[in-house]
Amino acid sequence: MALLEVENLQTHFRAADGINRAVDGLNFHVNARETVAIVGESGCGKSVTAMSILRLIPEPPGKIAGAIRFDGRDLLTLSDREMRAIRGNEISMIFQEPMTSLNPVLTVGKQIGETLRLHQGMSSNQAEARAVEMLKLVGIPEPERRVREYPHQLSGGMRQRVMIAIALACNPKLLIADEPTTALDVTIQAQILDLMRDLKNTVGAAIVIITHDLGVVAEVAERVIVMYAGRKVEEAAVEKLFRNPRHPYTQGLLGSMPKLGSSLSGEETRLQEIPGLVPSLKRKIDGCVFASRCSYATDLCRTISPALEEKAEGHIAACHYAIKEAVAA
Amino acid sequence: MSTPILEVNDLKKHFPIRGGFFGGVTGYVYAVDGVSFSIEKGETLSLVGESGCGKSTVGKAILKLFDLTDGQVVLDGQRIDDMGYSTLRPIRRRLGVVFQDPFSSLNPRMKVRDILAEPIRNFGLAKDGADLDRRVEELLDRVRLPRDAGNRWPHEFSGGQRQRICIARALAGEPDVIICDEAVSALDVSVKAQIVNLLQDLQRELGLAMLFISHDLAIVEHMTHRVAVMYLGKIVEVAPKKQLFAAPKHPYTEALLSAVPVPEPGAARERIILTGDVPSPINPPKGCRFHTRCPYAFDRCRQDEPVLRQTEAGHWSACHLHDKPDAENPLAGARGAAIIAHH
Repeated sequence: MALLEVENLQTHFRAADGINRAVDGLNFHVNARETVAIVGESGCGKSVTAMSILRLIPEPPGKIAGAIRFDGRDLLTLSDREMRAIRGNEISMIFQEPMTSLNPVLTVGKQIGETLRLHQGMSSNQAEARAVEMLKLVGIPEPERRVREYPHQLSGGMRQRVMIAIALACNPKLLIADEPTTALDVTIQAQILDLMRDLKNTVGAAIVIITHDLGVVAEVAERVIVMYAGRKVEEAAVEKLFRNPRHPYTQGLLGSMPKLGSSLSGEETRLQEIPGLVPSLKRKIDGCVFASRCSYATDLCRTISPALEEKAEGHIAACHYAIKEAVAA
Repeated sequence: MSTPILEVNDLKKHFPIRGGFFGGVTGYVYAVDGVSFSIEKGETLSLVGESGCGKSTVGKAILKLFDLTDGQVVLDGQRIDDMGYSTLRPIRRRLGVVFQDPFSSLNPRMKVRDILAEPIRNFGLAKDGADLDRRVEELLDRVRLPRDAGNRWPHEFSGGQRQRICIARALAGEPDVIICDEAVSALDVSVKAQIVNLLQDLQRELGLAMLFISHDLAIVEHMTHRVAVMYLGKIVEVAPKKQLFAAPKHPYTEALLSAVPVPEPGAARERIILTGDVPSPINPPKGCRFHTRCPYAFDRCRQDEPVLRQTEAGHWSACHLHDKPDAENPLAGARGAAIIAHH
């Protein structure tokens, strides 16, 4: 059984001018110790998916429907108290902005210790000792001194390390990382990605990484889910997705990214554009969500929504025209 | 060699830090500390580096958004950094600028038409009202926006379209040089491609010189002619694009290139992961500013500051390693392909 199973997740928000279908019928699973990436552009629903799993969406205006099964329990049916026992303990999250997600008036030691005292009933002294260990684990030099420092005394990269230390303090089974390196410089990003890879092996948590950067996906993920306008449009193992993208949106995304080293091969190519804009999520879309921007779209695409289909072994795409290989039944 | 359209000589900008009981100056942030480069007509020079390296300060200093501490800015043979406000005003027309965030850089209470008409009026470029309208329409055409966009408000547009409006505004004064300060960094991947293509087209059509300030090396490689790499307020390497990406001659450039994640799963590449953070520009390290993070640093790097000098035609680097024989110089040879996993 998969560690996390998300079934027909629908997260909608009531707005003054209609219902915003931020996530509209999403299915996916995450196995234990696996790293799954969710990619897509802003507004595709990737962060809302993460927030929905932890039930961090304020209701109302939000409304979560469907089922989110974690370790056999449906998180959507749990009481608030039961949910609190899971957050930060069995499932924890790293947010994008290390500047705003740490409490500026508490020392980092207190903030790491908080989860330990709450979930594992440690005393303050035990919690602080464990906080020092955690800081050492995430590669912060002089942890005994740093543990008494406040977030403003740390650099951006160090703060993100502290966030990771907090997230991993209780040995979670699932770690959700929402754009963990987007706010960081590239040399610091390399450090943090490296750290995440190392820690995954030592801690043994499954990771859901949410990002818009396909480079980051290629570096850390094992399986990739591509989202567009609140739906999953493609899913495959990372090599398959990059080598052989089936959905026109994924193809467009890969084509619109300049590749490092492009000048070495001497071919100066123009970047591929995806024309137009992401459609408004407030209108119900009949047909394929990508049809308005897709160069292959036909009347069929505009009227009938393509189902997610296995196009090759372990490679799912929602497109009427994606090349399909014979799949062994 | 043709004369450069924009020249920057030994530019310095030190921001004073005030504090203490009487609010006196207690130190300086050495944001930009001796930067020189030149850009020719129709050329793109990219300024790359991590946050806090001073790349945006260089752009703002050229635009004279603040006074320089030292150095010169020469536009088309004319020194502009020491000009007074009124003498500079007509020359400002020749420098366009596009900022990072298209949401905060457009006045929400002005219609797009007025946003574009303002610089045309300010610089007295239009003969009459009809000419003004014609110019505004032309600008909208140039950035591929529909002409009726002029009657709408900035909030009606998406991020990419707003950035087009910002570009149109930068073109309104018929500039010779455009400074793009992280102009595509805030945009989504697919929209980014649209804007990058637009900037390249405009440069070809109008023969613009461009100073492209960015931290995104893949985009830089795609659209630039030459690259200048900055670290802690100084340029550490300048080279034509191909030379820089094929054979970086500064350890910092090498580390930057190797740190960029490439969209190729399982790519076999040499990784150089720098330890530690960028030191504070308030108190930059003695000797080479990069020695605290440099994997190849030796004794001399901690004492003497290396100067930028030519290692081969057009390729400048500030590193002591190039004084060593090739056998002892890890930067000798073309290591670019191995670092960025290019096939």
